[in-house]
Amino acid sequence: MRRLLSTWAAIAAVPVLSIVLALGVGAILILVSSLATGGGKLDPGLPITAYAALISGAFGSEKGIVSTLVAATPLVFTGLAVGVGFKAGLFNIGGAGQVLVGGFAAALVGAAVGGQPAPVAVAIALLAGAVAGAAYGFIPGVLKAFTGAHEVVSTIMLNSLASFAIVGLVNDIFKIEGPTFARTADVGNALLPVFIGRNGHIGILLALAVVPIVYFLLWRTTLGFEIRTVGANPSAARYAGMSPRRLIVITMSLCGLFAGLGGSMEILSLGYYPAVFGTAIGFAGITVALLGRAHPVGILLGAILLGAMRAGAPSMQIEAKVPVELIDVIQGLILLFLAAEVMIRRSLRVRAKGATPEEIHTVSRSYGGGTV
Amino acid sequence: MAASFRTPRDGADPGVDRGLHERTTMTAPAPGPLRLEMLGITKRYPGVVANDAIDLDVRPGEIHALLGENGAGKSTLMNILYGLATPDDGEIRLDGEAVRIDGPSDAIRRGIGMVHQHFKLVPVLSVAENILLGEETMANAVFLDRDEARRQIKDLGHRFGFEIDPDIRIENLSVGWQQRVEILKALYRKANLLVLDEPTAVLTPQETKEIFAVLRRLRDEGTSIIFISHKLYEVLEIADRITVIRRGKVVGSRVPRETDEDDLAELMVGRNVQLIVDRGESHPDGVVFSITDLHALDDRGHEAVRGVSVDVRGGEILGIAGVAGNGQEELVESLAGLRRPSSGTVHLGGQDVTGRGPRALQAAGMSFVPGDRQRFGLVLSFPIEDNLVLTQYDEPPYARWILRDDEAVRSWAERAIKDYDIRTPSASAAASSLSGGNQQKAVVAREFSRDLTVLLLDQPTRGLDVGSIEFIHRQVIAKRDAGAAIVLVSAELDEVMELSDRIAVMYRGEFVALVDAPTAERDQIGLLMATGRRDATLAAAAATTMASPDEIAASGGGAGAG
Repeated sequence: MRRLLSTWAAIAAVPVLSIVLALGVGAILILVSSLATGGGKLDPGLPITAYAALISGAFGSEKGIVSTLVAATPLVFTGLAVGVGFKAGLFNIGGAGQVLVGGFAAALVGAAVGGQPAPVAVAIALLAGAVAGAAYGFIPGVLKAFTGAHEVVSTIMLNSLASFAIVGLVNDIFKIEGPTFARTADVGNALLPVFIGRNGHIGILLALAVVPIVYFLLWRTTLGFEIRTVGANPSAARYAGMSPRRLIVITMSLCGLFAGLGGSMEILSLGYYPAVFGTAIGFAGITVALLGRAHPVGILLGAILLGAMRAGAPSMQIEAKVPVELIDVIQGLILLFLAAEVMIRRSLRVRAKGATPEEIHTVSRSYGGGTV
Repeated sequence: MAASFRTPRDGADPGVDRGLHERTTMTAPAPGPLRLEMLGITKRYPGVVANDAIDLDVRPGEIHALLGENGAGKSTLMNILYGLATPDDGEIRLDGEAVRIDGPSDAIRRGIGMVHQHFKLVPVLSVAENILLGEETMANAVFLDRDEARRQIKDLGHRFGFEIDPDIRIENLSVGWQQRVEILKALYRKANLLVLDEPTAVLTPQETKEIFAVLRRLRDEGTSIIFISHKLYEVLEIADRITVIRRGKVVGSRVPRETDEDDLAELMVGRNVQLIVDRGESHPDGVVFSITDLHALDDRGHEAVRGVSVDVRGGEILGIAGVAGNGQEELVESLAGLRRPSSGTVHLGGQDVTGRGPRALQAAGMSFVPGDRQRFGLVLSFPIEDNLVLTQYDEPPYARWILRDDEAVRSWAERAIKDYDIRTPSASAAASSLSGGNQQKAVVAREFSRDLTVLLLDQPTRGLDVGSIEFIHRQVIAKRDAGAAIVLVSAELDEVMELSDRIAVMYRGEFVALVDAPTAERDQIGLLMATGRRDATLAAAAATTMASPDEIAASGGGAGAG
């Protein structure tokens, strides 16, 4: 039991340290900004006030907890969209584009089936989002498997393509009359039903359900074994008779499917697709996956952490006058410290378990190539 | 710890050391202080005592062999000497003075040089540049003094009997010469205690002879050498003294003239070892594996396999001998389905399997033990149990439909660990935590335990200790007796000679000879390996291998795989 605990502690050490360091740097920024906002006076207690407001905003009330879970829901999916890729040695930067494509498809199909009974409409709209996301992951998968085009490069380009194409489509073709901003039609009955609090929709339950499903897929099925083998040692996978090409296509599609679902959750809880729908949750998936060490349970925890920051930020702004944008800074810092894992381990002399070989290979090889 | 700090040796000038050397090389036991004493060195890792009160001393101008199986604690001891690990207990003395070695750069300052098994050279840089790395001779604050460095390197090579061109690039040197560059690197840093970790593992017999000559010359000049190996005959040939360690303890010391291979093997393994497996008689029957005019390209698109044809019968072992890089790797990969042959056919049990992938070949009854177990044979980060089903993971009973059956995997793994004597704390330990010998046993357990008609073995015992070699050889013989057609590719001529019924000699992508093993003569095979010709004389062979480094590199590269 103690050994198990220490193993867990070793795995969690670097993510936890990254969070602590990011919050520390954030505290310095808050102090410095207090010089400007507080009329030239340094307020040494401000970081404490701000972080206390952040925590109580995220967890201090039922409303806060529900908001945290709602914010965490799409991040679980976009985190898996990156984490599952890591397992196969793939770095899916395309979560952002897959989110947009999935969300857009869910909005259009949702509006078309909005007159059906809610369970049917929701299921069809989510399915549409998942399939569209998977298709948008399939493209870089095929490109990599059959031409060697690196997924980092192709998914970054596909992100831009999705972003501009969909903004154009919403503005020109699918825009509805009435609202003062460009958006698609209401999804009607495909709106995700709320089961708790003001906005606690059923997507929360789906996010909680998908974690054990992915765990089961990766560690209990032959497909998961193949994915992990190809990620850990592609040569051995070939030797064992697996087809790395097939697995790359399957895994990238699977990543796209998760991201597409994440985008669908956002859109179907909002009720329509706004032209300004952003790419933030897609990119946050990278931080979530690294925080969670590419493990489904870790990804769930990482998503809740980032979700809590989003949910608590408004309280922080109201009570401590610290702008909500600080959250983006902290999130960026977490990613930075996670990426500098080796440096952190050395400089702080932490006896931490290193990243899995899949992660190291994937992140470090990403820009250099390393084809099939 | 009893050891104390000491300032870096100021006597790093070779001129100062010279006197010491001359005084001490004449007779043994030598007067004056010992070059190195390691006293009661103990190092514990969680769950294992890697070094248990080890004593080791090395005299000036002595080649001292450190003999032990994989995992016996040789590497730990040398890491402690090189400052890469800190001992929990014990004392290190250099030239009579207790020292604390604080990292590799400290070790180098104190005159300790390490030549690793895997060379640490930059292929695109020249000999001089590689030697200078980290130890730049500066003409002034900004620029390197290359001329001075080149001169020093030439002088050193001259002094120790190997003339080397400092401007040649590492990638154009043969493996044997690269090793000399590593040695030169240590000498340039004024090493007077040289540690060589399995230096012959990558060399051909001829290169081994040449490097031994270099080592003897170094010894005669006064350098102390620790020679790590598990090849008994080499140790007997080169060492002045031999210390044997087993499971972290010194189990004996020997002088070559008072011992033999059997004695050393027994000391090393702890029991009586049969060095040459009792192969019994083979009873071959019909042809089950048939290769016709097979051609294959290497990674650079050059033809590496040029028309190989052979029939292998069930119940016989066909050995393929040859100097590394003559197309064996490409041949094996073509047969195993990892490389598409450019032309020719392969038949397995009457079925045409030309160009089929690994999955189809496995289904047709082929098992393959790859030469590079860490690259192909295992997924090091996975548990042993997953590795034991790596090629059967989706077949019953290990999986039904798409669901894996962990219990079936675990029970097979536990049986395999017992039957094949794989030393591991548990079936769930990562493959990377096992020693090389045990990793190979895991691959062998997996591949031998299948229903098979053809068994393809590529370097099945490379880098293994005698105990593991004996075990694996027995398993191979048992498979032969069970009727498998076995193809054995090995860089160890002795292994091919011992196990095979017939021997094919591969030279520049072709089989230049196919002989019956019982009537084959070792010298004749060696000559065929070196020249590809039966009528070549020994003098001609010697001329080829004594050629300059460029020529050696060129002939090696011309052979195909390069």
